[in-house]
Amino acid sequence: MKKLLLFCGAMLVARLCFAQETFPVNGPWDVRPGQYAFINANIVASADQPVTKGTLLVKDRVIEDLGAGLAVPKGYVVIDLKGKYIYPGLIDAYTTYGMPEAPRAAFPQGGGFGRLPVYTSPKPGAYDWNEAIKPEMNAKAIFHADASKAEEFRKNGFTTVQTLIHDGIARGTSAAVTLGDERDNELMLNDLAAAHYSFSKGTATTNYPSSLMGSIALLRQTYYDAAWYKNQKEEYNISLDEFNKEQSIPQVFEVSDALMVLRANKIAKEFGKQYIYKTDGKEYRRLDAIKATGSSFIIPLTFPEPYDVEDPLEARNISYTQLKDWELSPTNPAALEKAGINFAITSFGLDKAADFWNNLRTALDYGLSEKQALKALTIIPAEMLGIADKTGTLAKGKIASFIITSDDLFKKDNIIYENWVEGRQYVVTRLDVTDLRGNYMVASDALQGLSLKISGMPGSYEVNLERSADSVQAKGTITRSGDIVSIYFDLKNKPAGNVRLNGYITNLNPLTFSGNGILPDGTDIKWMATYTGPASGGNNKKDQAKPDTTAGPVIYPFGAYGAAQLPKAETVLFKNATVWTNESEGILQNTDVLIANGKIKAIGKNLSDAGAKVIDATGKHLSPGIVDEHSHIAITNGINEGTQAVTAEVRIGDVLNPEDISIYRQLAGGVTTSQILHGSANPIGGQNQVIKHRWGVLPEELKYENALEFIKFALGENVKGSNNNYVPGATLRYPQSRMGVEQVYVDEFTRAKEYKAARAAKGSNVRRDLELDAIVEILDGKRYITCHSYVQSEINMLMHVADSMGFKINTFTHILEGYKMADKMKAHGINGSTFSDWWAYKMEVAEAIPYNGAIMHNEGVNVAFNSDDDEMGRRLNQEAGKAVTYGKVSEEEALKFVTLNPAKMLHIDKWVGSIKPGKDADLVLWSADPLSIYAVVQKTYVDGIPYWDLDKDAANQKAMKADEARIIQKMIAAKNKGAVTQKAPGRRPKGEEEEGDDD
Amino acid sequence: MCKYADVQMKNINSMNKIFTILGGLLLSVSLAYGQANISPAKPQTKPIIITGATIHVGNGQVINNGYIAFDKGKITAIGEGAGPNTNGADVIDATGKQVYPGFICPITSLGLVEIEEGARGTVDEDETGDINPDARTLVAYNTDSKVIPTVRSNGILLAQPTPTGGIISGESSVVQLDAWNWEDAAYKTDIGIHLTWPVAVGNNRRRAAPTPGVPQESPAEKAQKAIDAIEKLFSEAKAYAEIAKPEVTNVRFEAMKGLFNGSKKLFVNADGAKEIMQAVTFAKKLGLSAVIVGGSESYLVTEVLKANNVPVIIKETQRLPDRAEDDVYLPYKLPKILQDAGVLYGLTGIGFWRQRNLPFEAGQSVGYGLTKEQALSMITQNNAKILGIDKTTGTLEVGKDANLFISTGDALDMITLDVIKEFIQGRDVNLDNLHKQLYKKWSNKYGLKTDL
Repeated sequence: MKKLLLFCGAMLVARLCFAQETFPVNGPWDVRPGQYAFINANIVASADQPVTKGTLLVKDRVIEDLGAGLAVPKGYVVIDLKGKYIYPGLIDAYTTYGMPEAPRAAFPQGGGFGRLPVYTSPKPGAYDWNEAIKPEMNAKAIFHADASKAEEFRKNGFTTVQTLIHDGIARGTSAAVTLGDERDNELMLNDLAAAHYSFSKGTATTNYPSSLMGSIALLRQTYYDAAWYKNQKEEYNISLDEFNKEQSIPQVFEVSDALMVLRANKIAKEFGKQYIYKTDGKEYRRLDAIKATGSSFIIPLTFPEPYDVEDPLEARNISYTQLKDWELSPTNPAALEKAGINFAITSFGLDKAADFWNNLRTALDYGLSEKQALKALTIIPAEMLGIADKTGTLAKGKIASFIITSDDLFKKDNIIYENWVEGRQYVVTRLDVTDLRGNYMVASDALQGLSLKISGMPGSYEVNLERSADSVQAKGTITRSGDIVSIYFDLKNKPAGNVRLNGYITNLNPLTFSGNGILPDGTDIKWMATYTGPASGGNNKKDQAKPDTTAGPVIYPFGAYGAAQLPKAETVLFKNATVWTNESEGILQNTDVLIANGKIKAIGKNLSDAGAKVIDATGKHLSPGIVDEHSHIAITNGINEGTQAVTAEVRIGDVLNPEDISIYRQLAGGVTTSQILHGSANPIGGQNQVIKHRWGVLPEELKYENALEFIKFALGENVKGSNNNYVPGATLRYPQSRMGVEQVYVDEFTRAKEYKAARAAKGSNVRRDLELDAIVEILDGKRYITCHSYVQSEINMLMHVADSMGFKINTFTHILEGYKMADKMKAHGINGSTFSDWWAYKMEVAEAIPYNGAIMHNEGVNVAFNSDDDEMGRRLNQEAGKAVTYGKVSEEEALKFVTLNPAKMLHIDKWVGSIKPGKDADLVLWSADPLSIYAVVQKTYVDGIPYWDLDKDAANQKAMKADEARIIQKMIAAKNKGAVTQKAPGRRPKGEEEEGDDD
Repeated sequence: MCKYADVQMKNINSMNKIFTILGGLLLSVSLAYGQANISPAKPQTKPIIITGATIHVGNGQVINNGYIAFDKGKITAIGEGAGPNTNGADVIDATGKQVYPGFICPITSLGLVEIEEGARGTVDEDETGDINPDARTLVAYNTDSKVIPTVRSNGILLAQPTPTGGIISGESSVVQLDAWNWEDAAYKTDIGIHLTWPVAVGNNRRRAAPTPGVPQESPAEKAQKAIDAIEKLFSEAKAYAEIAKPEVTNVRFEAMKGLFNGSKKLFVNADGAKEIMQAVTFAKKLGLSAVIVGGSESYLVTEVLKANNVPVIIKETQRLPDRAEDDVYLPYKLPKILQDAGVLYGLTGIGFWRQRNLPFEAGQSVGYGLTKEQALSMITQNNAKILGIDKTTGTLEVGKDANLFISTGDALDMITLDVIKEFIQGRDVNLDNLHKQLYKKWSNKYGLKTDL
């Protein structure tokens, strides 16, 4: 009988080599050869290189050799791994192993009244102005091994991890370390593994950035600042210096969802970078776009648990997105593999380490190949982290980091016995030479006819006893210690009470135990048990049933009213409609309109087109699509970057959210184009974005191609912070009065002129400033201003500043006292985009009147009604109707308030805003006069694509309900099979607007 | 031209006496601008009869070419055709025009708030503390609010200024919108108490960090605790109400007494199906007359509402659905669903100044299933029933108050709403307001004509 030598942990204290030359030794040196030979093993040197009956020779920290039939030289400890496997040690590509907790309580408080504003970083030292930019942080400098965490990782088979500082936008450098219990000096594999980034400012105390668009702008500006820093002598800045030094190593960007990958990738393109993305594991939702980045990914295995869905009312709080995500999340790794995307797998983000293998096996069930899984946990992360020459596969000269397993690594019952980390052995499960599982026949005088079944997992065996003669069944307890076992059980009858047995392995083939025992009455007995065959059927039902891996399709957008297939442009002939042309023809009765290829093709009587889908529009009204000059829909994480008086550098176009249900709802209100504005928290806000309401597309595809560049200005109470809570002790953000507002503009435009001149000077190394760039564009007539405004004094002021500084104001938006300034606006050629009837919601609208639109219009100003609100946005036609109520504007002109006139303001009236051949086929079919409260939108076309259809919507709702019900049934089934569930979320809060946002 | 010119005046049997209803308008044009000149109307001194109109009774009935007569503030006759003897009456020829019962606006902060934000001094709708059944909106109702005339000139003649905040916010009264002071304005005093039902709101994005060592309460547990507290409070109040002479008077419980003798209603703010069911069973258990306010998910529990005769005051049809998965038009369709289910439902808008859109909020439901007359009933007859004022108003019937107005066109549609004449308890209400005055003032600056 072969006995396996089991190492005890204490042996590891002995030193095996001279890596720590500089360290003194207390007592005689204990240097050992550290030579091991693992023989007869199935060695999976890499996913593509299995070696059967192989030998692995380890010398100290390094793999000396491996292969089949290698001779074992003298002086090696020989370990026979017959029937067992050796795999390369797994690498977790994304962890915070050994990192101190980021300090979370660092925000300066205002005596319990909230946070004090912080304008520039209070961090001591010559670092960046913004605390979220901390490239000077190095994981290598603060890493300290954590024995209990290391053990947790090793249990899952990991031998190496990347560890990083999980805090900030520029997070500094990470390290690749091994998971040994040695001095930190011994663990470092690569002390500059990668540079890390994110959009999340983490614990930074600086107010800026408060929004996603601010984070993006800050990172872009940092790239420009760092480039400038190289060639200047005036400023000393450790952060920028370190930022530059880190550019040559791999760049890892952590994002929170698939669309964030696309946003980060825009930055990558701008600065010629190639990021590796650490994601949330939901790439399946935008797979094509993800693949198109050509990037590598680090993905987690965070698959949601099924929800408790028994209470139908509570189950309503689970969104369709959450339901579908539960079903599709486990398909993500397989989907990435199928798409040919290079990715590593991390255990990061799992609630408990034990979930790792469960979830990985789930991913395998859902189609991830074992080969790819192994690569994603070995060679791919090794390559990402620049340590492929040291680990990731088993090869001569690489470090001796590997795992010994009982079976194929990915098999359900596989056991990880040992981790070897750089030649040091760590025992996970004691490596027994013999698996005891099987059926045995007991031979004993006192226990005639008893059979014994050992099942379960090595390390936690279960034993069951059965006597067929009198159908006795019992569950026993077995304890194993090396080759010695003890078993006790109660047969309840013949004899009653506990029988206790002790024995040892006496033969390996067939496996036989024998020993002594004591009956309940104290009688000594002898016993023997002989293997008769494999134990069938475990008690673990969960492991047996393959999960139902069928899943519904991915839909775009991923949630309510998304579709697996996006609609396409149609050729449509509207017959016999009342057509509101917004052209000199006016409102035409009984008229046909033909659209094709996304454009309006013809308008007239008795049109025909053989290929067209004919829509009988008798009794119905056809109007141009509604244009909303002032909207805040479809924005991700913050409509304001209000932390500074001027944030001209931030761009709404960077943070578009095409999955906002508001887009669909507004299509149902006939709205086809919107200008998405930055909020009004500061005098100069961010850059706006004109979008078309294309439901289901990617963020960049929402942008209207013909749109020009706009920027948001704002005046009055919001920019003064008048209605914000005052935090005692705060240094208030400038400006606090309408006097200060003027000076913000005067100063900014003055600086922009100086900046422009300085940049234009030959050989200048003037730092590129994204904020001033935008102001220069205004001065150059390339960027148009939409200015939030209320009272006449401030409106007058800005017109004076514009005149004196030489720029133009395109639009006053809100402009509720426009009626007091209409003559001056007309003289300046400024548009007025107002509310139909809003007032009394704050002091500066105490004299807002619903006749404002009519007066401005009558005075010759180009007038629009806007929404500034995702509810009102979907019935702007009715708001236009109020120009008839208040001021008796003609119906034809009133409709233009929400179609042609805003199109003119946005300088897109060449393409949208009226029904004219050649223009974009953005059309709405109404059941009645579009200005009437009774009008219902039947169809909405954007670029000739039917994005809203009343009948189709009803069918979609039905289909969605059925699909929800299907998934819920599946969740109940999963729960019944023993899956751990999570509670349904509480009632979704109404109005998910962000607190304190001024719009 | 001013729109009053369209109304032809006839004074039968007293031809020498020219009565002009243009007076109100002329006054506002000729006098100084500003709110101060808009005076409450004098009591009705002589009979008035409106003839030739399309009369919307408010109960679904429409009278074409109808007449309506009223005297001393009460409706004396209504019908089709020429009408009764009009001896001594002022006659308003409303041929081709529409007559409506005055709209009733329940659950509003009208008169309690003048400026929503940045002027706390003008906000009187929310008392500190959680349990304020004794706080009365009537005494805070500001008849001089500049907002009231802007709402009134769209046909809204009665309102229920309603407290907000806390768990029990206070008690409301119904006021008429043309008065010198709140005492005059009171139409029905202290009609109900307002309670906000606890909601288990889930996973908000801004979750507070858990306090170390303190066990986390789930939203459902938190809500249940709050419900238990409400049940305890009400049972104590009920017991208190049975004591003839309490040793110590409790003003809060005194205010709640009316809930248990049927003189006050319990208005419960509840939107979710679960909360509505909880509130209805709670009210049933205590024998309270409850009204659900909000009820955005009432369509899921119509059986419960109907079986217990609990009405719903819908808050806005012009709002967004609660969930992304909901029918995008669900709020527009809600009145029709309740109509079909046989649940009594009324309607309000939100806030104060926005209540001038109440007719449109009602009209909104017509494209989505209601008839126009049902939509009208929602803000007249139904609201009156729910507020318990249907004996005197809500429909145009003999014996009821002459709360009505004339519009040249359909009053539920913005392109036709055009109120030209308005009566509250027979008093001829001034239709001027701050907005019309500023419209005229600044049109005048530019030499533009006005069209009111």
